[in-house]
Amino acid sequence: MAEVLVLVEHTEGDVKKVTLEMLTKARELGEASALFIGAGYDTAAALLAEYGAQKVYVAADPDVASYIGAAAEVLAHVVTTSQPAAVLTSSAAPAREAAARAALRTGGGILTDVVDIEAGFVGRQDVFGGATVVKSAVTAGTPFLCVRPNALSASPAPCESTREDVTVALSEAAKTAKVVERVTEAKSGRPELGEASIVVAGGRGMGSGENFSLVEELADALGAAVGASRAATDAGWYPHQMQVGQTGKTVSPQLYIAVGISGAIQHRAGMQTSKTIVVINKDAESPIFELADFGIVGDLFTVLPALTAEVKARK
Amino acid sequence: MNIVACVKQVPDTWADKKLLPTTLTLDRESADAVMNELDEYAVEAALRLKEAHGGTVTILTMGPAKATQTVRKALSMGADAAVQVTDDALVGSCVMATARVLAAAIGTIETDVVVFGAEATDARTGVVPALVADLLARPQLTLANTLEVDGTTVRINRLTDSGYDVVEAQLPVVVSVVEKINEPRYPSFKGIMAAKTRPLTTLTLADLGIDPASVGSAGATTAIREYADRPARSGGEIVTDAGDGAAKLAEFLHTRKFL
Repeated sequence: MAEVLVLVEHTEGDVKKVTLEMLTKARELGEASALFIGAGYDTAAALLAEYGAQKVYVAADPDVASYIGAAAEVLAHVVTTSQPAAVLTSSAAPAREAAARAALRTGGGILTDVVDIEAGFVGRQDVFGGATVVKSAVTAGTPFLCVRPNALSASPAPCESTREDVTVALSEAAKTAKVVERVTEAKSGRPELGEASIVVAGGRGMGSGENFSLVEELADALGAAVGASRAATDAGWYPHQMQVGQTGKTVSPQLYIAVGISGAIQHRAGMQTSKTIVVINKDAESPIFELADFGIVGDLFTVLPALTAEVKARK
Repeated sequence: MNIVACVKQVPDTWADKKLLPTTLTLDRESADAVMNELDEYAVEAALRLKEAHGGTVTILTMGPAKATQTVRKALSMGADAAVQVTDDALVGSCVMATARVLAAAIGTIETDVVVFGAEATDARTGVVPALVADLLARPQLTLANTLEVDGTTVRINRLTDSGYDVVEAQLPVVVSVVEKINEPRYPSFKGIMAAKTRPLTTLTLADLGIDPASVGSAGATTAIREYADRPARSGGEIVTDAGDGAAKLAEFLHTRKFL
């Protein structure tokens, strides 16, 4: 069976869910292998084997993680030497950029933000803000498909993984943009926005940054991530990294709760492929209600605390 | 310091976007065309670099003839000159071809800094800046939330999921900026008038020495197999809160097994 190579998405060996989703799909399409770049392989190894990675290429050279562009060189090297039928990476920006550069160097093509993959590595994408569903294929060289987190399902299929260490002499060009410091902003303890099964997002209707605590309390009761509309991040009420929309993150959780968000196209483009959508807004005419599986026309300042209390009572 | 700001003309965010059944490319006629809004931040970042360090700002675009409107808008913000690559053979270009054409065009201009918006709001691949950095063998400083040049050292804060990475490189560099980096200026009346007289160079593939068969639909590395409109969502239950809204919603979440 043809090898399908998955670029492991992780933080210091803490493997992200999208990796397991990609390994599950890779097994369906061929024989799953994985490329692990950076530190922490020992932490990740058991999980990669549990999800069926037959072979894991390990590039532990710390330089690879310290230079932007170096991961692409390692990925291109592994693609050239092991000739996989296809490469799957996360659609998160750093992985997407590495995939693109590796595809360029190996004469392949790239599909970004793929939500499903069919036989022949045909990728399904939701484009134009989710209004159109497109199926595309790479027609030159090795296909690189960047997968949107949360779009595919993950299931284990334990195997014995073999480790193969990869050493790449990085080119001078790959060592020109150096990460000199990594800054982690206050950890919320909540799931990551792109990977969360439930997202609670606040918009202009929140009225202030302080009022986002109401969104956070509901999110914490549900074990959810917190998102924000562009209006809210533009106003400085919530960090830009949490922006959902056309110029922010595209999320596809099981449940999306939009609070005080009117539903401009800008926002809908980032969330309308969510499985279940709940809306809380005082304006019954807001376009966001068109997307709602369940909507409440009401004052978020009374509905949110009451809902948080209901959730806590039922859990 | 010589800066190139790359811009793309895209359909208005608010417009319904469609594929043309014949070419499977975006129907660019049916929607109002505007500058990709994220590119406004790139133009602003370029202008601020010029204001701080001197030099020139050149606008670069690849697109159909009417993309000149977008170039003029960028010029009216205060850029000095523009280069537009227009060629019928470019229709349907994939990201690889787009990056090759832009890199070749950048090669015709003396540049210290190339600035892009983080992505275009139509195709949303977000990979062209990284590809251009690769092709030019220049440092890739993408997803910048801040941008500083100190002598020949360029420093950005590159946004990550959990915060940011401080990344450094030496000039010349390729940068992409996110929308929180600055507040783009509006063109002034004076700027709009001045833009009409700023030099605009038009280049074809032949000028860049690029084989037309290697770009456009003919040279694309990806192809659309099929497409369909997503069915509209409908049948949602909407209730007006009369004190029991939260309880009803909790019940709904329970039936959907979220509670």
